[in-house]
Amino acid sequence: MSDEFTFDGWRRPDGRIGIRNHCLVLATVVCAAGVVREVGRRLADVVAVEHPHGCGRGGPDIGLQLKTLAGLVRNPNIGSAILVGLGCEPVSVGLLSAVIGETGKPLKGIVIQDAGGSGKTADQVEAMAREMLAELAEMPRSPGTAADLTLALECGGSDTFSGMTANPAVGKAVDRLVAMGGTAILSETTEMIGALGPLLRRAANDEIAAQLKKMVDEQEAVTRKILGDFADRALAPGNVESGLSTIAEKSLGCIAKGGSTPVREVLAYAQRPSKQGLVVMDTPGYDAESMTGMAAAGAQMIAFTTGRGSPAGFPAVPVVKVSSNSEIYGRMTGDIDVDAGRVLSGVTLDEVSEEILSLLLRVARGEKTKAEVNRQDVFAIAQTHQAL
Amino acid sequence: MTRFGGRHYSDAMSVRAIRIDAADNVAVVVADVEAGGRVRLDDGSELTAMQPVPRGNKVALRAIAVGDPVLRYGEEIGVATTDIAAGDHVHTHNMGGRK
Repeated sequence: MSDEFTFDGWRRPDGRIGIRNHCLVLATVVCAAGVVREVGRRLADVVAVEHPHGCGRGGPDIGLQLKTLAGLVRNPNIGSAILVGLGCEPVSVGLLSAVIGETGKPLKGIVIQDAGGSGKTADQVEAMAREMLAELAEMPRSPGTAADLTLALECGGSDTFSGMTANPAVGKAVDRLVAMGGTAILSETTEMIGALGPLLRRAANDEIAAQLKKMVDEQEAVTRKILGDFADRALAPGNVESGLSTIAEKSLGCIAKGGSTPVREVLAYAQRPSKQGLVVMDTPGYDAESMTGMAAAGAQMIAFTTGRGSPAGFPAVPVVKVSSNSEIYGRMTGDIDVDAGRVLSGVTLDEVSEEILSLLLRVARGEKTKAEVNRQDVFAIAQTHQAL
Repeated sequence: MTRFGGRHYSDAMSVRAIRIDAADNVAVVVADVEAGGRVRLDDGSELTAMQPVPRGNKVALRAIAVGDPVLRYGEEIGVATTDIAAGDHVHTHNMGGRK
């Protein structure tokens, strides 16, 4: 398969390769959200990203926002970007541009207070974006292999079957991707609470084991501080309804997404991996924030397992949905790409993992995932100790 | 059981329950089980459910004394908060995380 896992993408000046070639229109601050939304309405082909951040928080959060937004702009699936700011915010166009640094990608910025207000700004951004889209359409393709890919792993709306069907099936696909030189990011530290034993056994060395332990212990302490005696039930109501009884039970199912290869590196939120293979990122268990952290680290695609059913996609990064049970696949077929619930009726994990891997390859070659077709993008940046 | 049967999770006599690791003292039922209903593991062994066990929920495969670990994936997922008998429905009412 490794000879066959090839695709034509877009090689960026930093050496990474995109499997998409998007023009990103990005708000630096919440006050620019309306302009970005308007440009998104006018131009269906741009990826318009707005968020409720960029101002009104202290240093740690502002730093996290700068790092995350900069990482998103640098994501290899982004071919060019336009930053839209208001003019008085800490996460300004100027500061964010400085944090992004030299990427070799076309990057423009505009400030609403200087450009004459929201209407004039939207008109100018539209004109800039039309020019960028035309340039992107002319950009030549370059060949890539599995070794060029970073796959983000996510689960949302877990159920009791997630750890038996969808997550281990994705895990087996991850093992094969890693064997071909690819990289996968396992995240959601909240969903490692109670699963430290098996995680530590997979650490590539003692230093990584110590980092994993510190990361999970700190998240457990935060969770206990917020939830007190209910910390062992850090679960969504739907998780419990499905039969999951404790966070440990959920976590042990969640980490199955990472497959069985050693953990090579532990990353901070939005930090780019320096190693190939399986890496772990410290993120909240909250899906949207977790996906954002991994996309900001450069993941070109996301494998997202769901038991209760989630339609969520992500801006510029294709999300492949894998259901843990056939009932939810039947009810939400328009949102879910692969039904791993068939494992419950006798299909093997190997068969489902083969299906997932071949879909990942087709997506790398340009096939749109259901979340991409449906344009179900969600985007949220982690906040320091305010969200689990 | 039909291999690609989709809905053939159970037969007339019993409902399939999946024990993930040989060390586990609970298994997950793949369809609703009535009180008194039969639960069947893939090794052919069977037991009787003491209460209704909804699809996806856990059934105890053997007695678990209060304070003893509940094992799934071969790992501790929590501890019994009351004595649990073989065949009991196992969920938040009789197990919790280690405090």
